[in-house]
Amino acid sequence: MARAVSTQHKTIATAAAWIVALLIFFPILYTIITSFKSEQEAIQGFNLFPSGTTESYIAVEAQRGYFKFFLNSVFLSVGSTILALLVAIPAAWSMAFSPGKWTKDILMWMLSTKMMPAVAVLFPIYLIFRDTGLLDSRIGLMVMLMLINLPIVVWMLYTYFREIPGEILEAARMDGASLWNEIVYVLTPMAVPGIASTMLLNIILAWNEAFWTIRLTTTEAAPLTAFISSFSSPQGLFWAKLSAASTLAIAPILIMGWFSQKQLVRGLTFGAVK
Amino acid sequence: MKLRTLTLGLLSASAFAFAAQAESITIATVNNGDMVRMQTLTDDFTAKNPDIQLQWVTLEENVLRERVTTDIATKGGQYDVMTIGTYEVPIWAKQNWLLPLDKLGDDYDVKDIIPAIANGLSVDGKLYAAPFYGESSFVMYRKDLMEKAGLTMPDAPTWDFIKQAAEKMTDRANGVNGVCLRGKAGWGENMAFLTAMSNSFGARWFDENWKPQFDQPEWKNTLQFYVDLMKANGPEGASSNGFNENLALFQQGKCGMWIDATVAASFVSDPKASTVADKVGYALAPDNGLGKRGNWLWAWSLAIPAGTQKADAAQKFVSWATSKDYLELVASKEGWANVPPGTRSSLYANPEYQKAAPFAKMTLDSINAADPTHPTVKPVPYVGVQFVAIPEFQGLGTTVGQLFSAALAGQTSVDDALKQAQDAATATMTEGGYIQ
Repeated sequence: MARAVSTQHKTIATAAAWIVALLIFFPILYTIITSFKSEQEAIQGFNLFPSGTTESYIAVEAQRGYFKFFLNSVFLSVGSTILALLVAIPAAWSMAFSPGKWTKDILMWMLSTKMMPAVAVLFPIYLIFRDTGLLDSRIGLMVMLMLINLPIVVWMLYTYFREIPGEILEAARMDGASLWNEIVYVLTPMAVPGIASTMLLNIILAWNEAFWTIRLTTTEAAPLTAFISSFSSPQGLFWAKLSAASTLAIAPILIMGWFSQKQLVRGLTFGAVK
Repeated sequence: MKLRTLTLGLLSASAFAFAAQAESITIATVNNGDMVRMQTLTDDFTAKNPDIQLQWVTLEENVLRERVTTDIATKGGQYDVMTIGTYEVPIWAKQNWLLPLDKLGDDYDVKDIIPAIANGLSVDGKLYAAPFYGESSFVMYRKDLMEKAGLTMPDAPTWDFIKQAAEKMTDRANGVNGVCLRGKAGWGENMAFLTAMSNSFGARWFDENWKPQFDQPEWKNTLQFYVDLMKANGPEGASSNGFNENLALFQQGKCGMWIDATVAASFVSDPKASTVADKVGYALAPDNGLGKRGNWLWAWSLAIPAGTQKADAAQKFVSWATSKDYLELVASKEGWANVPPGTRSSLYANPEYQKAAPFAKMTLDSINAADPTHPTVKPVPYVGVQFVAIPEFQGLGTTVGQLFSAALAGQTSVDDALKQAQDAATATMTEGGYIQ
């Protein structure tokens, strides 16, 4: 009997999970479906079966050229993630293993910067970028993306490092390991899964960041977010083309997420309940 | 010695290379059909100006507006040419953010620009932006449904006629709505339509002392007429319909009449996209016999920000893109029907264009019927037909637009919407220092 109930529970839970997953995924699915419609089809109400035309993809590529934007997206998301990890690993290490009186407050303060609407600092940031010649530069935007994602990276790594028993590090020290050796040979190998999932999440966040990447770029550094934005039109039909552009923009990150989902889920749920 | 020679050689070579390198100008624009077409035709410009390269930044309209405003206000210098509308030009020119266009070339023929459009883009007699395409609004209607209703659309209808025709044409059982009008909230969406409409009802946004006028009977008449007309004869969910939604409805044969941008005429009469292409008639926007019609005036225009380092190259480009030659270039490649409309009087005198665009005369008459410097029946302190050319209008217009959209959706009454609009406008104008 107990076994029957648990099977039934399992079935319900699985069904519920599928429904929720489908609900969440549906807008993306419908975008992909719409991208294979003609503009006329796209605006004629709800329809799950497109005619399968690829005219929107052809038009999008002819109008704007995907590859340059794609390369910028790769450079910005990977570059900003590496930069963020370089800063965040030492920071999280010190907070996790030698916390001071203010560690909690510093963590909270870092997170609080994410609570401010980005547009509030648009003008100061724009002026700084202008005066330092960083407008429309990949390096400038990479630093910007690193800075806005840094709080999340530090928090994730901090939570992860806290799970590693300090005794292991102490043991390493007893054996005469230097600080450098301790981080490189003891801590890092144990934290690789955590660092990897942090890295993946940060790449996704940087890839999808649309406020600064549109506002601080013009032609040279513009990534895929700017590519998508260019297909909306105030006068004329554009849904199919916009969907095609969006599909092209999310495809690489969707595929990457698909292959690394194990890492992602592990990183996100790690340390919640044991 | 050898080293010095080598260094000198390298330096002069690099200097030469620098001089020979083409100058690159960056143009910010929106993704409208005419703009996209221009980007495919720029070989003509670069052939004539081999020393100038063109870089394009295309953005969604509101993002573009915010982006260029940030850049121009901080003198960021990211753009050398920007696409802006008749709303921005008077405000930005007064702030000295734009360069006057006085080097457009001898054969440019500034006087050929349609006077109503040129007025909207000039401050103190100086042109600050060159129109790329211009538009007014007018009535597009189904000739077959009008005939079925036993009515004849006059060239210059009244609002009463529109109401009467809408009632007769509405056939909801067969999916036909008598009239489709904008309802989606936004200063450039429903408020463009309603502000223009209110002009023909004798209403105005502000009196000569900048006091908001939503508490006056003219506004009540406008909004009540609009809400009643749409509730009885408009499509379902009209409060979320903007230009593109109404375009789709009209193309699918679901609207008897649609009052919107003249540029829509080329879409609804295109047999590839429209199921009613051969059944569309055109008439001037309606009036109430008070001397003003309910049509607007807009021109997507090219302007040069004061912060640019490449003003001469930018003027050359603006001159090329808005010249008579450009219209002929489009005609030779894509046919006269695809020429950007509403900018030059000579286009409307061209018999080939008249033949290709049956809506040409009505478009020109509509543009000429709008006067941005005297938009309303009673005097006003502002410029602009379907907007008020003050910086506060974007925010205020959208707030009022949301209230009026809610009235259309039945979430609030007409009286409440007007009262709240009056309060919001009074607060904004007091804060802005217009009302002491």
